[in-house]
Amino acid sequence: MEDLSSLIAGFQVALSWHNVGFMVIGVVLGIIVGVLPGLGGPNGVAILLPLTFGMDPTSAIILLSSIYWGALFGGAITSILFNIPGEAWSVATTFDGYPMAVQGKAAEALTAAFTASFIGALSGVILITFVAPLVASFALRFGPAEFFAVFLLTFCSFIGMGRENRAKILASLCIGFLLAAVGLDSISGDLRMTFGSTELMRGFDFLIVVIGLFGVSEILLTVEEGLVFKGKQATIDLKVVLRTWAGLPRYWATLVRSSLVGMWMGVTPGGAIAASFMGYGLAKRFSRRGANFGKGEIEGVLAPETAAHAAGTSALLPMLALGIPGSATAAVLLGGLLVWGLQPGPMLFVEQKDFVWGLIASMYLGNLAGLIIVLATVPLFAAIMRIPFSFVAPVILIVCAIGAYTISNSIFDIWLMLIFGIIGYVFKKLDYPLAPLVLALVLGDRAEDAFRQALLGSGGSLGVFFANGLVTTLVALAMILLFWGPVSDLIGAARRRSGRAGKAAEAAE
Amino acid sequence: MKQHWLAAGAALAAVTTPALAWEPTKAIEIVVPFSAGGASDQMARTMQGIIQKNNLTSQPIIVVNKPAAGGAEGMLDIQKAAGDPHKLITTSSGIFMTPMATKLPLNWTEYTPIAMMAQDSFVLWVNAKAPYQTAGDFMTAAKAASPPLKIGGTSSKREDNLIVFGMEKAGGVKFAYIPHTSGGQASTQLSGNHIDASTNNPAEDVANWRGGATRPICVFSEQKMTYSTPVADGKSWADIPTCASQGLNVTYQMLRGMFMPGKVTKEQQAFYVNLFKKVSETPEWKDYLARSALVPDYRDGEAFVTFLKADEEKHAKLMGEAGFTAK
Repeated sequence: MEDLSSLIAGFQVALSWHNVGFMVIGVVLGIIVGVLPGLGGPNGVAILLPLTFGMDPTSAIILLSSIYWGALFGGAITSILFNIPGEAWSVATTFDGYPMAVQGKAAEALTAAFTASFIGALSGVILITFVAPLVASFALRFGPAEFFAVFLLTFCSFIGMGRENRAKILASLCIGFLLAAVGLDSISGDLRMTFGSTELMRGFDFLIVVIGLFGVSEILLTVEEGLVFKGKQATIDLKVVLRTWAGLPRYWATLVRSSLVGMWMGVTPGGAIAASFMGYGLAKRFSRRGANFGKGEIEGVLAPETAAHAAGTSALLPMLALGIPGSATAAVLLGGLLVWGLQPGPMLFVEQKDFVWGLIASMYLGNLAGLIIVLATVPLFAAIMRIPFSFVAPVILIVCAIGAYTISNSIFDIWLMLIFGIIGYVFKKLDYPLAPLVLALVLGDRAEDAFRQALLGSGGSLGVFFANGLVTTLVALAMILLFWGPVSDLIGAARRRSGRAGKAAEAAE
Repeated sequence: MKQHWLAAGAALAAVTTPALAWEPTKAIEIVVPFSAGGASDQMARTMQGIIQKNNLTSQPIIVVNKPAAGGAEGMLDIQKAAGDPHKLITTSSGIFMTPMATKLPLNWTEYTPIAMMAQDSFVLWVNAKAPYQTAGDFMTAAKAASPPLKIGGTSSKREDNLIVFGMEKAGGVKFAYIPHTSGGQASTQLSGNHIDASTNNPAEDVANWRGGATRPICVFSEQKMTYSTPVADGKSWADIPTCASQGLNVTYQMLRGMFMPGKVTKEQQAFYVNLFKKVSETPEWKDYLARSALVPDYRDGEAFVTFLKADEEKHAKLMGEAGFTAK
């Protein structure tokens, strides 16, 4: 209960006029940063960090964390409207968000995404408020073997839970792993598959690949279809928000599941990206309307957004309590804390109570402010869908190119983006799923590092993946998720006595 | 206008260059060859804050992270920018080690040295609950251990890896060196007892030391650190004994300095030398040094170049002995 009174004191700090002002400025800046692909949360925070050096640390962190919230909200906007994820964790939002926009339901999709973000973030903040010390010590139990098991769980849930052809999922996943391996190998310190090119040394930046695979390929497809404007005209007003809200309680199970997945992944720290994919994969398997996923199902927007934001928020917990950043943005914020003279770590909660609880209170308020601001802009953003596509397409391409260039100021990356656009187009024509490739690209090298760190420590013995209850449970869970799909398909097929059973089993191997 | 005169006046007073002192005409970019949030990034952003707060230049400062390929991306960027007086790069020992380990066509002699800002120490850390009290205890345990004890550090074939190699050679033992992507990660793994020790810089482990999760054993320097304000358990940085004094004869320190691209004029170089000299004299910089437990060691001009030459020779020898040099 001592914590609760600290929290109330925190609200008093966060609710002062100038702090509320910083919150609003931060959220608006964050939305802008989130909407522009390439700029992204970490860069936005990093650019503004020096401006805060002269400020009081509490106001500074409120401003910067509000940018973080704004970027989390903003990432969903381009994903839904143009099929271009503004942030890594909003890739899964495109799967159903964009089809919804095409069907003229952009406003519903945006409202669902923003509301889901808020619910996810709120569950993360509640977690931080009440169980901070407990959860923080749990995160310490994660060594390399446990990290690998978490990544394995994400990959397995995606293969096992996918409803596409499993051989194609696996093929796409493998291409992703291959791309992830390009660049410097952190375990041996050697360059891999760079073929002497300095451009390839950087490896394939996730955002460039995603902008190409999703955004550019979508434009190519639309061009092929003769630039027909696919979005249906829909009346757009703020009532849509209320109507969408009225439908949400039906999806409570998805919201709860994704919140739990997100909190778990944020703390461990598997991160918001893995969480969004896992939330989507699980919802797809367990929803009664799972077969409609990918065709514009509102649940397919709710699941990844809730999970990503629960994770993004919970990721701040290990940062504050242990000094480990759970995400790239958290890493920049961590740098900020040090510059302001605050040392993150177990002592922060003891020595800087005002700061910590002011920050936690600002998480509640910043999210609320963020939700109100983004919901107010829903009609504005949805109206973009009314502009003829032949006008919008060149603008999107230019924004994509600028985004790709900004990441590391390299023209080569714009070419790379276009090449991935063509690859994405071919994938879509041949009906190969893109998501597994992206997932493997993002988590592939981290999974590899964890796997090899674990084996270095155990002297090469695989027993390290079954060494304690935690890691064994995770690996077992991964195996269950991997085989759940094929086995349930097999049972279904046996009932129908069709010949599909053999194929599914084959694909699962 | 006022600050312009001040800067010009200071430049005149500090160096014996002609009266026509060079001034930057556009934003100055500091390239950090490591990712945002790391120690180099913190140093660059601290300097950026100090320069802006004290109005030390008329132009804004931008920090850009180019971390790919162990910092080679940032170094190549500076190499390509020969003659550009609005670019700077923060450097560590990586300036010698990255080219040696990767065979990339990079060499610090093609850059223009500005100043060494400090040196960073390395400390042997163990979990707070570990039985080891001295470096001797740890090395004795290492001799008996099978599989070998695990020591975590940042990156492969870099500073931490060299120290662990040095420990193996000095003690005639074998360790399992586990590379991490940052010192913070190694520190967390140590507090979770997933590794037996780490060779982190003071700043990378101070949070867990204060939180009672990890504990320093000894510092890999010739002399003890000088900061005597208590940090944790009533102990200060100055209370940590040197490893050599405990029979583990391994010493290693890392430079932290500033360079600019090659082919710039003497006046341009002088401007930045003067700028960073002023930075190094501010109270904010001294606070930063104390907070990160860096060894204050400002050098510019010949003193810096002499240091670099000796340090490069030392690294070439160490990297060769450890078999880390790319063939």
